[in-house]
Amino acid sequence: METLSNLAMGFGVALTPFTLFLAFCGCFLGTIIGALPGLGPSNGVAILIPLAFALGLDATQALVLLTSVYYGTMYGGRISSILLNIPGDEPAMMTTLDGFPMAKQGRAGDALVISGVASFVGSFLSTVGLVVVAPILASIAYLFGPAEYFALYLLAFATLGGMTSSNQAKSAFAACLGLGLAMVGLDNAGLPRFTGGNLHLMDGIDFLVAIVGLFAIAEIFIFIESHGKNSAIGVTIGKLTIPWADLKASSGTMLRGTGLGFIAGVLPGAGASLGSFMAYMAEKSWVGSKGRFGKGDPRGVAAPEAGNNAAAGGAMVPMLTLGVPGSGTTAVMLALLMTLNITPGPLLFKEQPEIVWGLIASLFIANIVLLIMNVPLVKIFVKVLMVPPWVLMPMVTMVSFVGIFSLSGSYFDMLLMIAFGALGYILRKLDVPTVPVILGILLGNAMEDSLRRAMVISDGDWTYLFSTPIAVGLWLFAAGGFLAPMFLRKIVKRPPIPSGDLPLDAD
Amino acid sequence: MKMTSIRTALGGAVLAMTLGGGAFATECIAPADAGGGWDFTCRQIGKLLYDLKLVDQPVQVTNMAGAGGGVAYTHVVTERNEDADLIVAASSATTTRLAQNAYAGMTADQVRFVGAIGGDPGVIVVAKDSPFQTLGDLVEAIKADPASVTFAGGSAAGGFDHLKPLMVLKAAGFTDFAKVKYIGLDGGAEAITQTIGGFTQAMTGDMSEISGFIKSGDVRALAVLTAEPVPGFEQIPTAKSQGFDVEVVNWRGLYVPKGISDDAFNAWAEKLQTVADSAEWKQIMADNGLAPFTKVGADFQGWIDGVVADTAQLSKDIGVIQ
Repeated sequence: METLSNLAMGFGVALTPFTLFLAFCGCFLGTIIGALPGLGPSNGVAILIPLAFALGLDATQALVLLTSVYYGTMYGGRISSILLNIPGDEPAMMTTLDGFPMAKQGRAGDALVISGVASFVGSFLSTVGLVVVAPILASIAYLFGPAEYFALYLLAFATLGGMTSSNQAKSAFAACLGLGLAMVGLDNAGLPRFTGGNLHLMDGIDFLVAIVGLFAIAEIFIFIESHGKNSAIGVTIGKLTIPWADLKASSGTMLRGTGLGFIAGVLPGAGASLGSFMAYMAEKSWVGSKGRFGKGDPRGVAAPEAGNNAAAGGAMVPMLTLGVPGSGTTAVMLALLMTLNITPGPLLFKEQPEIVWGLIASLFIANIVLLIMNVPLVKIFVKVLMVPPWVLMPMVTMVSFVGIFSLSGSYFDMLLMIAFGALGYILRKLDVPTVPVILGILLGNAMEDSLRRAMVISDGDWTYLFSTPIAVGLWLFAAGGFLAPMFLRKIVKRPPIPSGDLPLDAD
Repeated sequence: MKMTSIRTALGGAVLAMTLGGGAFATECIAPADAGGGWDFTCRQIGKLLYDLKLVDQPVQVTNMAGAGGGVAYTHVVTERNEDADLIVAASSATTTRLAQNAYAGMTADQVRFVGAIGGDPGVIVVAKDSPFQTLGDLVEAIKADPASVTFAGGSAAGGFDHLKPLMVLKAAGFTDFAKVKYIGLDGGAEAITQTIGGFTQAMTGDMSEISGFIKSGDVRALAVLTAEPVPGFEQIPTAKSQGFDVEVVNWRGLYVPKGISDDAFNAWAEKLQTVADSAEWKQIMADNGLAPFTKVGADFQGWIDGVVADTAQLSKDIGVIQ
C-alpha cells in the first residue's frame, strides 16, 4: 500500500521529540484560544505565524505547530459555548443551542465529555478521509459552480426555520437581518453599499465583531440587568464522569455529523460553520419530534462538534490539492505555506510528499493529544472559565475588547461591537434567536456572489439555477427543509412550548 | 491580529533604539494582511535593503489592511506626507483602484511612485479539453458571440484580472466591453476550479497562481501577456507573437509620500535600482514566478500616469465608474 508507506514516512518526519513538543504546545494554546470568546481559529493561527518565524522553525515544524493550534481551537470553541453560552469561535455557535441548556441542568461535565469525544471522532475520521480520498474528493470542487453554491447556501437558510422550537418567523426575521447586514460594504463590483461614506465600513462588517457583540457583550448586559440570576456566567460544573449511555446513544449522530461536516469542509467557501450547522439541522430532522433539541439533548452537542471538527479536516483537502482554501483558517495557512515557498496545488503531493505526509501525520498526533487534553484534562481549561463571575465578567469584557481591537486596530470596530451587544440584548428580550443573524452575516456575501456569478454566466436567465442535477437536488432539499416543519407541526400534535426561562435557551 | 502584535513589538523595539540615539528605522507599509503580495514586497525588499547595507537598521514592516489598500493610502497622504523614512508596497492593484476612484477620492498624484522591480505576468488559460487552441480562436469566438465565453478571475469585477482580457480584445479591435462576461472569485485557484469544472470557458490571472495547474496539465495556457516568453514557461506563446499588441504585468514596487525632498526621492530610486540589480533579488524572482520588469525613478511616474489614464478609460467603458 503506497498510502501506508507514505504515512509511515510522514510519522518519521513528525515523530521527533521537538515536533511532538510543538504539537503539545500548539494543542494547548489552540484549546485556550478556542475557548476564549472572540479569538477563533483564523486569528489563533494568524497570531502564531510570526512566532513560528521568530523561532526559526522549518516548514514541517511550522505546519505541525499551526495545525495543532487549528485543531485545538476547533476543540476549545465548545468549552465556552457550553459553559458561558458564548461561542468560543464561530463554528462552535451551534453547540450553544444544546450545550448551554445541558449546563444549566447541571450536566456541563457530560456535555463537555460528549462534545470532546464527538470532536475527536469528527476530526480523526476526517483526517483518515483526507488520507484516503483527498485526490478523488478534490474533484468534487469541480462539480460545484455558481448555481450549485447558491442552492447550497439557500439550503442552509431554508432549514433555519426549524431551528428554534418557539417561532419560525422569528428565525426567518433574524436570518434576514443578518443577510441585510452582510450587504454593508463594497459589493463585488466595487461599489459601496450602506457605508455612509465611512472608510471603516468599506470592507463590510467583520463577523467576529458581530459574534462577540451579539454573544459576549449581550451576555454582559443580561448579567448586569439580572445581577447574574439569568445569565450564563457562573454555571457550575460537578464531578467529571463519562456518560457511557449518552455516548452510545449519540454514536450514530457523531458518524452522520462527521460525514456532513467533511463534505462541507471540502467545498471551498462552505467551511466549518456551515458544517456544524448542517450536522445539527440534519440530526434534528433525523431524530424528529422524539428529540429534545434546543433543550439540552446530548445529540445536539455531539452533532455540531463532530461536524465542525470534520469540516476542519475536510477544508485541508482543497487547500492541499487545489490551493483553494476551504475556510478562513485554511486561507491563513495557505498564506503561511506560500511564505515558506511551498505552493499548494495539484503538484504538491508529487513534488513535496514529505511536507504533505508529515502534515497529515501531525494531524493524527494532534488529535490524540487533544482527546487527552479535552476529555480527562478538560477541567484545566474549565478552571479558566470557571472563576467567580466578578472576576470572569471583567475578563470576558476585556478579552472581547482586546480581541476585537487587535483585529483591525480600529476604535470603530469596538463601537460597532457595543452596538451589536445592544442589538443582541434587544433580540434576546424579544426572544429572537441570534444564531441566524451571524449565519446571515457569515454566508450572505458568498450567497450573493454566487447568484451574481450565475446570472453573469447565464445572461440573466434564472432557469440556470436549476440546470444541473446537483443544483436541483439541493433545491429539493431546501424546499423540503423549509416546508416539512410546517406540515409536521400540523400532523404531529406538539405539546405547547413551555415559556418562562426558555428565552435564554432559545438562542 | 498578527499585524498589531508585530507592530506593537517592533514599535517598542524601534522606540527603544531611537531613544538609544540611533537613526530612525525605515518603515515599509504593506497595505494588506500578512501573506499577500504587498506583504511579500515589503518583506523581501525590506530584507534586501538591509542585507545590501542600503539602510542601517532592519526595515520594520507594518501591515495596514483595509479597503483594498485605501486605508494605508489615506494614512500616508494625510498623516505621513513628509516622512522620508517611509516606503509603501504597491502593485497593479494600487493603480487600478486609484484609476477607479476606489480610494475615497484620493488620486494617483498624491504620492510619488518610486519604481517597479518585478512583475507577475498576466496569463489566459482554458481547460485542457477546451476547443480553443490559440488566443486567436478565443478572440474570434467572442467577436462572433460575446455571450458564448465567460472569463473567471481572482479579482472582483472591474479588477485587474477583469481588465486583462479586455485589453487583449481592445488590441484585436473589439470594444463592446460591456458584453464581455467575467465573474470574479476569491483568488486565482478558485477561478481555475470553475474553469476546469466547465462553468466558465477561460480564466485570467497571474502566472504565480496558475503555474502549478499548467505544469500538472489541468489547464492549457493560450498566451502570456508579456513582451518576451516567461523563463521556465517558454512553450507558452506571448500575446504579441499571436498578433495582439498587449503587455499586462502585475508589477511589484513601491511608492513614497509626496512631500519628501527630491534628494530623498532620488535616494530611494537609487536604492531600489540596486535591489533590482542584485543577484539575491533575481533569485527571489525566480523562486516566486516573477518575471523581470524594472522601471525605476522619474520615468516610472510617467508610465504610472499613462496606466492610470488607460485603466480609467477602460473602467468607464465597462461601466465600473461613471
